Amino acid sequence: MPQPDASPELSARVDAAVEAALAAIDAASTTAELQAAKSAHNGQGSELAGLNASLRDIAPEERKAAGQTIGAGRARVAEAIAARQGELAAAEEAAQLEAERVDVTALPRLRAPGGRHPLSMLADEMTDVFVGMGWEVAEGPELEHEWYNFDALNVDPDHPARSESDTFYVAPAERHLVLRTQTSPVQARSMLTRELPIYIVAPGRVYRTDDIDATHLPVFTQMEGLAIDKGLTMAHLRGTLEHLARIMFGEEAKIRLRPNYFPFTEPSAEMDVWHPGMRGGPRWVEWGGCGMVNPNVLRATGVDPEVYSGFAFGMGVERTLQFRYQLDDMRDMIEGDVRFTEQFGMVI
Amino acid sequence: MRIPLSWLAEHVELPAEGAAEWLHATLVRVGFEEEAVHGGELRGPIVVGRVLSIEEEPQKNGKTIRWCQVDVGEANGGVRGIVCGALNFVEGDRVVVTLPGSALPGGFEIAARKTYGHVSDGMIASERELGLGDDHDGIMRLDQLGIEGEVGADALAILGLDDQAVEINVTPDRGYALSLRGIAREVAAATGQAFTDPAETARARDAGPKASGFSVSLDDDAPIRGRAGCSRFVVRVVRGIDPSRPSPAWLASRLRLAGIRSISLPVDITNYVMLELGQPIHGYDLAKLRGGIVVRRAEPGETLVTLDDVERKLDPEDLLITDDRGAIGLAGVMGGAETEMDASTTDVLIEAATFDPVSISRTARRHKLFSEASKRYERGVDPAVADAAAARVAQLLVELAGGTLDELGTEVGEVAAMQPISIPVGYWSALLGGDYADDEARAALESVGATIDEGPVAWTVTPPTWRRDLTDREGLVEEIARVVGFDRIPSVLPVAPPGRGYSRAQRLRRKVADALAASGHTEVLVAPFVTERQARLTGHAPVRLENPLDGERPCLRTALVPGLVDTAHRNLGRGLTDLALFELGRVFRAVDGQGTDELPGAESRPADDVLADLDRLPEQPLHAAVLLVGERVRKQPGRAAERFGLADAIEAAERIARTVGLELELRQAERSWLHPGRTAELLLGETVVGVAGELLPQVAADADLPRGVAVAELDLDALIERARVRLDTRVIAPVPAATQDLSVVVPVAVPAGDVQHAVRDGAGALLEHIALVDDYRGTGLGDCEKSLTFALRFRAPDRTLTAAEASEAKLAGLRVATERHGARLRE
Repeated sequence: MPQPDASPELSARVDAAVEAALAAIDAASTTAELQAAKSAHNGQGSELAGLNASLRDIAPEERKAAGQTIGAGRARVAEAIAARQGELAAAEEAAQLEAERVDVTALPRLRAPGGRHPLSMLADEMTDVFVGMGWEVAEGPELEHEWYNFDALNVDPDHPARSESDTFYVAPAERHLVLRTQTSPVQARSMLTRELPIYIVAPGRVYRTDDIDATHLPVFTQMEGLAIDKGLTMAHLRGTLEHLARIMFGEEAKIRLRPNYFPFTEPSAEMDVWHPGMRGGPRWVEWGGCGMVNPNVLRATGVDPEVYSGFAFGMGVERTLQFRYQLDDMRDMIEGDVRFTEQFGMVI
Repeated sequence: MRIPLSWLAEHVELPAEGAAEWLHATLVRVGFEEEAVHGGELRGPIVVGRVLSIEEEPQKNGKTIRWCQVDVGEANGGVRGIVCGALNFVEGDRVVVTLPGSALPGGFEIAARKTYGHVSDGMIASERELGLGDDHDGIMRLDQLGIEGEVGADALAILGLDDQAVEINVTPDRGYALSLRGIAREVAAATGQAFTDPAETARARDAGPKASGFSVSLDDDAPIRGRAGCSRFVVRVVRGIDPSRPSPAWLASRLRLAGIRSISLPVDITNYVMLELGQPIHGYDLAKLRGGIVVRRAEPGETLVTLDDVERKLDPEDLLITDDRGAIGLAGVMGGAETEMDASTTDVLIEAATFDPVSISRTARRHKLFSEASKRYERGVDPAVADAAAARVAQLLVELAGGTLDELGTEVGEVAAMQPISIPVGYWSALLGGDYADDEARAALESVGATIDEGPVAWTVTPPTWRRDLTDREGLVEEIARVVGFDRIPSVLPVAPPGRGYSRAQRLRRKVADALAASGHTEVLVAPFVTERQARLTGHAPVRLENPLDGERPCLRTALVPGLVDTAHRNLGRGLTDLALFELGRVFRAVDGQGTDELPGAESRPADDVLADLDRLPEQPLHAAVLLVGERVRKQPGRAAERFGLADAIEAAERIARTVGLELELRQAERSWLHPGRTAELLLGETVVGVAGELLPQVAADADLPRGVAVAELDLDALIERARVRLDTRVIAPVPAATQDLSVVVPVAVPAGDVQHAVRDGAGALLEHIALVDDYRGTGLGDCEKSLTFALRFRAPDRTLTAAEASEAKLAGLRVATERHGARLRE
C-alpha cells in the first residue's frame, strides 16, 4: 500500500518555518544570538514545535507522513544550528587567542642562568676519556700523611720540596700531616689497595705555598694517571697521552717528551702537547710531567718491580684550561666572580 | 745555570751564527729547559779612545759640562769632539767611546747631536751605561781598571760585551751540570763531539811534588743519616799575590754573564773555578788563620760571623770549618768574616772539599743562606774533582795575581767507590718500548762518563764519580733515552682490562653539581683557608696550618658557607648583586691523635698496622653548599622583583637530596651564625645531614652583605652514603583519585610540618599525596592559633574510592593530629 504524502498545507507551513529558522540561524553572529534563534525556531513554542505537537490531531493514516515531513524540517534546522555553532566557536576562539597575544621577547625571566665551574667540567671531560678506555677514577684525601705525599713516592727525607716554603704542614708539623702537594699520593694508595693490573686516573685539588699571581695558585687541580701492568713501556705512556691529546685538542695533536727529573719516575719526562688550535697558530705547549714508575715506588707499595712496570703522568687542569681558552690570568679561576663561570654555562 | 758562550767554546765547538739558539735546542733535547739569554744587547762601534783635552764649561743651571777632544783611532774618524757631564777623568785617560750608530742596553741609540752649543760626536761611557754594573756612575778609566786595549780597538770584544750567556734550568738530580765542565760534556754527548775534561787539563799542569804539611782533620762525631759531613778536604797555598791587581776584563765579563758579581781578583778566581769545574772553593787569608783546620759539628751555643757580617747562632747539626780560635766557616755554605781575603791579602789558602749534600742542605735551610756553594753541594759535587779544582785556582793565582805556588797543603779523605749497576742487555728497548741498538746504548753511557764491563746477558756499568744520581738500571735507561733521544719512542695505546666505569658516588656527585647548575646556581671553587672565627662557626675543632700563606687565615674550613660569604662579598664589590652560588668541596675537622710521630721507611710495603696509623687523618667529608642573595626574579614587565629567601636555600637542599634519591625532613633549629627564627636542620631520619637558614644580620654585615642572605650546607658524603640504592616500586593504579581538603586549627607554635606528618601517619595507605595549601591567622581564630589547610589526594590500588572512604581516612589523619598537636577541625 503506497504511503500517502503529507498534506500540501502542512508541507508549506513546515517549509516556511524551516526557511524562517535558517534565516535566523544565518543571521546569528554570536553564540548567544544563535542560542536565541535556536529557542525561537526549534524550541518550545516555536512554529516547528507547534506543528510537531499538532500531529496528534492528524488522522492516523496521515500522521506518519506528516511526522516525517516535520521531522525532516526540524533535522535541517538542528543541522544548521550545529554548523553555525562550529563556525561561531572557531571565530570566537580565534578572537580570544588573538586577544592573548604577548610580546615573547618581554616575558618574565624567572631565574638567572647557572653554570658549572670550567675546571670541574674540564676534569670531568678528561676522566671521561679514560673511563671510556676502561680506566677507573681513584681518589684520596686532600689532607694527607707526609708518608704518602713524599716517602712512598721516593722523595728523599731532605728533599727541598718538603720544606715549608713549598708544602703546607698541619700544626704541629711533627705529626707529619700535609696538604697534598700533588695527586701522586693517590698512586701509592691505589697500589696498596687495588688489585693488579691498575689503570686509574685521579683528578683532585692540590696545595702549594705559592702566593697568588697570574700563573700561580696556592690551590689548584691536577689530573694524575697511573698504569701498572706486565710489560708496560714508555711507548704506552706516549700512546695514552697522545690519545687524550687528540680527543681534547683535535686529530693533529701530538705529544713530545723531553727529559726531566721527578723522584717518583725513571725515566722521567716533561710532556709538551702540539696544540693545533692555539691562538696565534699551532705550537708546542708545556703540559705536564710523566715517566715510568720508579721501582722504589713499586717496592714501597708492595708491587714487585721484576714482574710489573708502569707509567704515570700528571698535568695541571688550570693550565690546560688556560691554554685551551687563552685565559691569561689564573686568579679568575679561584676568585669566584660569577661572570667567569657563567660564560661557560653547562658546556666546556 | 748561566753559560757564557765564549767560555763554553773553549771546550766544545759552537756554530759561528746563532750559537745561543743552537745551544738551547741542544740542551733542551737532553733535559735542560731553557730559561733566558743574557747579554748581547750592545751594538758597535764602541771603541777605546784617549782623552786629548778637556775644556770645562760652567752652565747657567749651575752644572759644569766638559767639552772633550777624544782620539778614537784613524779608522774611526780620528779625533772627535764629545760633550760629557762626568768629572772623574783626566786628560790622557783611556776611555770607552760609543760612536754614532752604536746602541746601548735598552735600545738606546747613539747619534751625533747638538748639545750645550757643541755637536757631540759620540759618548764617553760609564759602566752603568754599558750594562757592566751599577757600582760607579763615573766614566770607565781603563788604565785604572787594568784593562788593556789600543786606541781605536773594539771595546766590545775587550770588555766581553760581545759575549752572551745562555741560562738553563738544571734539575736537582744533575748537580754536575752546574759547571762548564758538565755542560760541555752534555753538549759533546748530544752532538757526538770529542770532549776534553778541563779537570784533566788542570791536573796535567799540576806537575810538581804533592803539597803537604798543612794539618787538616775530619772530626765529625755526629754524622747525619749515617753519612760523614766531610769526606775529602784538599788544601793548596799560594803566596805573594799582588793585591792591587784587578780582575782581567775577560774574567769579570764571564763572571758577570754567569750572574756573579766581580769582587776582587782572588775571590773572582775561586768563583771562576767553581763555575768551570763545579767545585765550590773557599779562599782564606792564610795570615789570619791560627793553626790547622778541623772540620767538626758545632757546639751548643757556638756562633760565627759569616762573610755577610751576620752573626749566626749555630746548631749542633751545622758542620763547621774551625781553626785554633773556633769556627771560621759554615762548611759548604759561607765562609767566616774573620779569615776573609781582603785588599791586603797576599798569601791565600785554598780549600776544595767534598761535603755531604744532606748536611749542607739542612744548614743552608736552617740559616736561610742559599749560596752558589750550597746550591752545588746540595745537588752533589764530584768528589774526585777537588784536587784538580784546587790546582786550577792555584794556577790562576800564579798566572793572574802574580803569586807563587807553595809546597804547603794537604789532601785528606777519600773518594768513595762507585757502585756498579747490572743491566740486562736490551733492557733499554724493553722499558722504553722503542728500538735502541746496543751500540747506541753503549755510546750513550760512555758519553756521560760511565764505564762498561760487557757480559753476554748483562752489562756491568759503573757510573762516573759525578753521577751519584745513577743508582739503578732505570737510571741508566734514562741516560740512554736522553742522549739517543726520546723521539725514538713510538706511540702505542695500552689496552686496559674492562673497567667498572665511574663509581656510584662519583656519578651522583656529578649529578648533584649538574642539577644545581641547571637550576640557576653558579659553581665556584674557593680556597679552603679561613680565619679562626670562620673555622669555629660550626663547633668542630678546626685543622690549623703550621705555615699559612696568610696569617689572618691560619685554619682550614670546617664548612663551605664562610668561603661562599667571602665570594659573595667579592662579587658584590664588583657590582654583581644577585647571586646564587654553590660549591662542592671538602671541609676539614681535626680528630684526636691525628698524624703520627714517626715517618715509616719506604724500602718496602709497611705493615698493615703501620698503614692503619697513617690513615689517622682529620675528617674531610665532601660538602655541598649554596648561598643566595639579592633578587631571584628581577623587576620586569608584569612582574615585581622577588628576593631570594630561605625557601630558595631549602629548595636547593631538597634538590640535592632528591638528586641522590632521598627526601629531606626539616626541623626548626638554631645555629649561632644563623637567624634564630629562620634556621632549619636538614635530616635523613633522625640524622642531621645539613642546615639551611638566613645568615645572622651581623654575620652578613661583617662581609658587607645585606640582610636576608639564605644559605644551605649538606654533608654530601653522608647523603651519598645513604643514597637510595633500591626502590620498592608501587603499582601505578589506573583508578580515579578522591581529593579532599582538610583545615585544622593548631597553636601557632606547632610546625606545619609536624601536623602534616601526623595527618599522613593517621590517614594511612590510602593517602597518596598531601600538601600544605594555606596558613590562615586572624578573624575567627584565637590569638595564638592558626588554621592550616592541606590538600589531600586519596587512592586505593584496586578500586574507585567512595567519598565516604576518603572522608574516613581524612578524619583518621585528623585524629592523630589532634592526639599529637591538639588540632581541631576548622568548620
